[in-house]
Amino acid sequence: MLARRIIPCLDVRDGKVVKGVKFRNHEIIGDIVPLAEQYALQGADELVFYDITASSDQRVVDKSWVSRIAEVIDIPFCVAGGIKSVEDAGRILEMGADKISVNSPALANPQLITDLHNTFGQQCVVVGIDSFYNEETGIYQVYQFTGDESRTQQTRWQTAEWVKEVQERGAGEIVLNCMNQDGVRKGYDLAQLKAIRDICSVPLIASGGAGEIQHFVDVFQQADVDGALAASVFHKGIIAMDELKQVLRDNDIAIRDDIRPQEQ
Amino acid sequence: MAQNIVIVNTGCANISSVKFAVERLGVNVTVSDDTQVISKADKVFLPGVGTANAAMASIEQKQLVSCIRDLSQPVLGICLGMQLMVDESEEGIGKNTPCLGLIPGQVKRMQVGELRLPHMGWNQISPVEQNTLFKGIDAGSYFYFVHSFAVAPSEYTLASCDYGMTFSAAIHKDNFFGVQFHPERSSHAGAQLLKNFLEL
Repeated sequence: MLARRIIPCLDVRDGKVVKGVKFRNHEIIGDIVPLAEQYALQGADELVFYDITASSDQRVVDKSWVSRIAEVIDIPFCVAGGIKSVEDAGRILEMGADKISVNSPALANPQLITDLHNTFGQQCVVVGIDSFYNEETGIYQVYQFTGDESRTQQTRWQTAEWVKEVQERGAGEIVLNCMNQDGVRKGYDLAQLKAIRDICSVPLIASGGAGEIQHFVDVFQQADVDGALAASVFHKGIIAMDELKQVLRDNDIAIRDDIRPQEQ
Repeated sequence: MAQNIVIVNTGCANISSVKFAVERLGVNVTVSDDTQVISKADKVFLPGVGTANAAMASIEQKQLVSCIRDLSQPVLGICLGMQLMVDESEEGIGKNTPCLGLIPGQVKRMQVGELRLPHMGWNQISPVEQNTLFKGIDAGSYFYFVHSFAVAPSEYTLASCDYGMTFSAAIHKDNFFGVQFHPERSSHAGAQLLKNFLEL
């Protein structure tokens, strides 16, 4: 049976892993490669590296850490942030990333999704969506440049419409980051994820809000997502990977066992 | 074991990850699209991601078709590389793509009902019988898959997998082996499979 995926997300700034609350006040957590290796050993199913400086700065970002990660880890990983062109994506994939994720540049130029699909295939094209719930209007709206608070802005897209658009253009997976929940550890936005699940026929990854093990149980059982992404609960040791996976199994959620092959 | 291991440079994107995975086993590996280098290898990897038509076009443009067909040493096709080993793929622009014809079979778009495509993530495999490629790997072991097209089970199937349908997770004929999953990204089980292949 296809297992649900637990995906630690490592926000990267200047080659270090950082974490902020609601996208702000980033603090350094540690070096990328040892953290990546540690998560792989603990049983993470996949990793996402999100270069949060990239989309909001104009400069070219050093991505040599991608190949350093590819050398040591033996689980799939995705690189997000600052991928503005087919050439940018090609370089990241050549360095050994399995998938690339686009967010703000795809909003500025939706054709980018189509071009990535046609060049590299659907399987490596992930679209990240930062969705903010406006309590006054009751509408979920897509935001861009969320890596830099001073440049963060609302786009013309309602989240559901953008989800449909990116699928038509060839996205192979969607990561839906619910901004209201990000970093506050009160649980995933189940209502939004359920609504998006209904219109999403590619794998859907929940992001934003994980604070305790029950939140993962809820998001798999209630929103039927394919994977759950989280950062601070893992970085800060609030949730242990093996305990999380065992509780999910106890709740009849399909979770990978990392069986070491028998010596023969 | 100073073997001469070559990864065929198909012009596709997952070459680095395959190279790193083999190197993690302590084995040196060369990436090449030179027919002389490929022909002299002890073991050959045929990696691939992307689309069948683009990958075949790249292999043809590099004039590697007859070189690969003539190989008699063990060859392991990975993901799209496996799909290129059969006769034909449904994945193409308006028409089927003729493939290398090393193992009988057809690549077809998966029919999975309500389930999501691509089939992306960790899924369990069942080896059809004791075989060397899956030595030490239990039925039910998880491997990492990312694909929307697949080869139906046949007498050439070495291991199968279920996702809305049963399909070949691994195929084999003579010296040619293919795996639909990514051993280079499949943790311990994947490393064991690569080790088994290198020890053939």
